Amino acid sequence: MASGVKPRVKVPSSASAGEAVAIKTLISHPMESGQRKDSDGNTIPRSIINRFTCDYNGENVIDVTMEPAISTNPYFEFEATVPEAGEFQFTWYDDDGSVYEEAKAVSV
Amino acid sequence: MDFTRRETLALGGAAALTFVLPFRANAATTEELVNEFTGGADIADAGVELTAPEIAENGNTVPITVSAPGASAIMVLATGNPTPPVATFNFGPLAASHEASTRIRLAGTQDVVAIAQLEDGSFARSAKNVKVTIGGCGG
Repeated sequence: MASGVKPRVKVPSSASAGEAVAIKTLISHPMESGQRKDSDGNTIPRSIINRFTCDYNGENVIDVTMEPAISTNPYFEFEATVPEAGEFQFTWYDDDGSVYEEAKAVSV
Repeated sequence: MDFTRRETLALGGAAALTFVLPFRANAATTEELVNEFTGGADIADAGVELTAPEIAENGNTVPITVSAPGASAIMVLATGNPTPPVATFNFGPLAASHEASTRIRLAGTQDVVAIAQLEDGSFARSAKNVKVTIGGCGG
């Protein structure tokens, strides 16, 4: 498990019904690509977050399949429609099986 | 040990091949990935927009934005990376604008390609050449 993984998301706390809100997400993660070598010439094994999803009240907004070419501390910015008051669920899936979650409520 | 002119030429040719072939292999996988994504369908030129800097100083974090109105999925490929796939964005019913930004790694100066699956099932492609000053794949 990569240590010190901390998700951060920026979502407006309120929106009008049907409004499109901009969402920014950042998660601290080394995203070891599996291409680098350590000082002894051994390959450092791959350890990345391979999937990110964002849902609103159970309905999908975006689902991203990530590869080693995503930078350290993966950052995503996108827009979501807010049809009614509810909660955004953000989920990151790590290569090692851990799942990082974050939720943000939005009032209308 | 003496090399005749012929032997020297043959050696040079072999060396050139070893350097050129890996890139060929990469190009093939890019092609394969595109085919896998589109199922061999025709790809139009319009319909997807890829925003990337012309010159990226640091290949470790290159900001890109992909946008394709009405697209259900956008795949991003870095043709010159050791592993070309970068990310696939699948948009759900609540996605407001079919646009997403992220930061990617680029090993060197190369073409970044975005392929979008549009609403009607057709595909669109957009490519952009990014010059990279410092590569982003470690050494």
